[in-house]
Amino acid sequence: MQADGRLPRSRSSRPLTSKLKHADGVTRRSLLASAALVIMTKGVSARVVTKVLPWQPNEAYPIPPVVPGGYLFFTPTEAAVVDAVVDRLIPTDELGMGAKDAGVTTFIDRQLMGPYGGHEWLYMQGPFSSTPLPTQGLQSPLIPRQQYRLGLAALEAYCKTTFSGRTFVQLNTDEQEKLLTGMEKGEIQFQNFSSRMLFVAVYSNTMEGFFADPIYGGNRDMAGWKLVGFPGVRYDFRDVMEKPNQAYTLPPVGMQGRPAWGEN
Amino acid sequence: MARRLPRKDVVIVGLGWTGSILAYELARTGLEVVAIERGPWRDTASDFNIGTAADELRYAVRHDVFLRPKQETLTMRNNPSQTALPIRKWGSFLPGNGVGGAGVHWNGQTWRFLPNDFRIRSHMTERYGEGIMPEGNHIQDWPVSYEELEPYYDKFEYVAGISGKAGNIKGAKQAGGNPFEGARERDYPTPPMKQGYAQELFTKAASGLGLHPFPRPSANISIAYTNPYGCSMAPCTYCGFCERFGCANYSKASPQTCVLPALIREPTFEARTDSEVTKVNLSKDGKTATGVTYVDLNGEEWEQPADLVLVCAYSLFNVRLLLLSGIGKPYDPQTNDGVVGRNYAYQTGSGSTAFFEDAKFNPFAAAGSLGAALDDYNSDNFDHGPHGFVGGASITCAYTNGRPILYHPTPRGTPTWGSKWKKAVSETYQRVTSVGAQGSVMSYRNNYLDLDPTYKDPLGRPLMRMTFDYQENERKMANWMADRCDEIAKAMGAKTTQVNRLNVPWSVVPYQTTHNTGGAVMGSDPKTSVLNRYLQSWDVSNVFVMGASAFPQNAGYNPTGTVGALTYWSLDAIKKYLKSPGPLVQL
Repeated sequence: MQADGRLPRSRSSRPLTSKLKHADGVTRRSLLASAALVIMTKGVSARVVTKVLPWQPNEAYPIPPVVPGGYLFFTPTEAAVVDAVVDRLIPTDELGMGAKDAGVTTFIDRQLMGPYGGHEWLYMQGPFSSTPLPTQGLQSPLIPRQQYRLGLAALEAYCKTTFSGRTFVQLNTDEQEKLLTGMEKGEIQFQNFSSRMLFVAVYSNTMEGFFADPIYGGNRDMAGWKLVGFPGVRYDFRDVMEKPNQAYTLPPVGMQGRPAWGEN
Repeated sequence: MARRLPRKDVVIVGLGWTGSILAYELARTGLEVVAIERGPWRDTASDFNIGTAADELRYAVRHDVFLRPKQETLTMRNNPSQTALPIRKWGSFLPGNGVGGAGVHWNGQTWRFLPNDFRIRSHMTERYGEGIMPEGNHIQDWPVSYEELEPYYDKFEYVAGISGKAGNIKGAKQAGGNPFEGARERDYPTPPMKQGYAQELFTKAASGLGLHPFPRPSANISIAYTNPYGCSMAPCTYCGFCERFGCANYSKASPQTCVLPALIREPTFEARTDSEVTKVNLSKDGKTATGVTYVDLNGEEWEQPADLVLVCAYSLFNVRLLLLSGIGKPYDPQTNDGVVGRNYAYQTGSGSTAFFEDAKFNPFAAAGSLGAALDDYNSDNFDHGPHGFVGGASITCAYTNGRPILYHPTPRGTPTWGSKWKKAVSETYQRVTSVGAQGSVMSYRNNYLDLDPTYKDPLGRPLMRMTFDYQENERKMANWMADRCDEIAKAMGAKTTQVNRLNVPWSVVPYQTTHNTGGAVMGSDPKTSVLNRYLQSWDVSNVFVMGASAFPQNAGYNPTGTVGALTYWSLDAIKKYLKSPGPLVQL
């Protein structure tokens, strides 16, 4: 594990399941040279389309489903802290599964290994201002992988100092909630790291993982969708438009169908 | 050193709505047309496939189809005394990328501006006197009237298959339509979309208040339709994945559904994708464009000579290309001199959120342009005298989607996490709706675009710098509109309402709207405009610039309808130009 949050060397031979095909910025279509449809002007590496739409049967760009089990980015200690944090943010209760049980830690782990984890699509050229205006948004050079690696370490150090040697996982629920509230407000001072930056990262990723399609590893059993009554990717609600102000009763469906349909 | 390619008659920068329309209309006359697009080719079956399209995380949150800031972004500040910093991650607006441009991921709300919007300076001063004009404003009349644009609005609406209900056909008011709209020659090509329960309540409440609600004109179309280009569209299924997504149903008007199938059959047309135009090249005297230079995926530089250059990128990037090419004098707010970058404007958002005791709004059954609207408070449809502001807003009750990562509302004061939050989310989702006001933004001396002195793109060229904030006039207007929205929300029977004021100062963080206008405006005086009334550059007569960058200030509507109309209006002028090249407006 690298302290600066760079990608760890291959910890698993598994492919990075959440990485998009064209994450490196090279357009995937430019790699699909089909002589009849893609006519290259001599020496030009632009793609040229003329006379016929470059359509191929069954061509689509699906997301490779996340396979749960193990972590690709988090260490076991980090994963345990993230589990505890997301369990406070969205707890399991009488309304159903919370974020931890819905697989949100796995979701975050896989997202961190994809282009999101490196801010690969964002503008990350310097100089980075130390006094940005609030209206200027994201101005930190820290990519999400660094935010988690450094932020979680800072949280653990803070806990050990403040709670006589106990780690975040060992705090009771009230202590954890109080600490998270302080981080959210930016009132807690970690050594060398913004407690609010860590909170915002985990919070936004928790909301994403709890409500995103289950294909990404979170929202297990569509717990997030069931909480609000979102039917998922049915893609046709003309029947709903015919029946105003009536409850929708069909169960949610994800991009891979739903559990009752069996294994994919 | 750029390698030179064989000459073409026409080179088009960007293959979105305006580029594809012009490419088709010019290629079908036999001209050799090449369109150069910096993003990838995209089409419905492959890129917006029904099995992959409905993915909120990928498209709405991670911004899969948008321009990546890594490739190009802007720097931003609220006023000239501050230091601009790069927009590292898109927030307030989301520029498109690739074939289809923003026409792929728009919501589809397709408006005509009102007749008064085109002569707003004259109209407001005639009715209220000079005193109503806000401090530091650059408000100017458009160099074209609604009546002149009417046939071209019609043309765009029929190509896009827009679903709506006319309110004024040849001067005769039509029940159920917008009574404030300018006279139109004929009704919309397809009937309005179905409206949901919230729109039913809104329509009843607004009518009860003496207002004039109508179904919002929509490019998510209500019935199957074949457009004049022979392109066919299918009825919308109210799936709720429009804005930020490509449509898998061929139901949302876009270059993909409405133009490209016809365009690609023209043998004299060619699209070159993954290629970024870096410069419009000029002759030694600077009065004629000789073509463009572009960089392909491998970083190789190419020169494409052409007789006519049509700048059809997103509005902000049109302005940047002019600045980088040295076409037109850059605007300087210190001296109030120059034109390129002048009159950048945007849009206001304000309104009221309405919480009901018991309702099943089913927000997921939605479409980008589904909604009921009213124009009683737009433009000068009401007496501005007592209010002291210029401008207005279209007011709408709508659901564009119920996608839960970004849409899980709770009443103000609810904790942001924990069991109480969870309970509130669960209880609120079905019982909340909103009434929103999308307002005009006037143009001002200190809201402008220029090149940033510090930050560069990956090719080493300066990023564009945006200096913008909402001025007092817009704050007053938008906050007054929020109260009007609240009156309607209460009349709809809401148990509680929350007034949403304009967020100031303007911030890049929360999404607001991708309605960036101005910077290369059309006008009748070259001292205050980049383009003449035909969207032709005053300085380089074989360069035409499309898009909302031509708006002298922004109206209280989405811009695409007017962008489409201006494109067809300019096309007629381009055809005249081709017969007899030179400036189409003599001074």
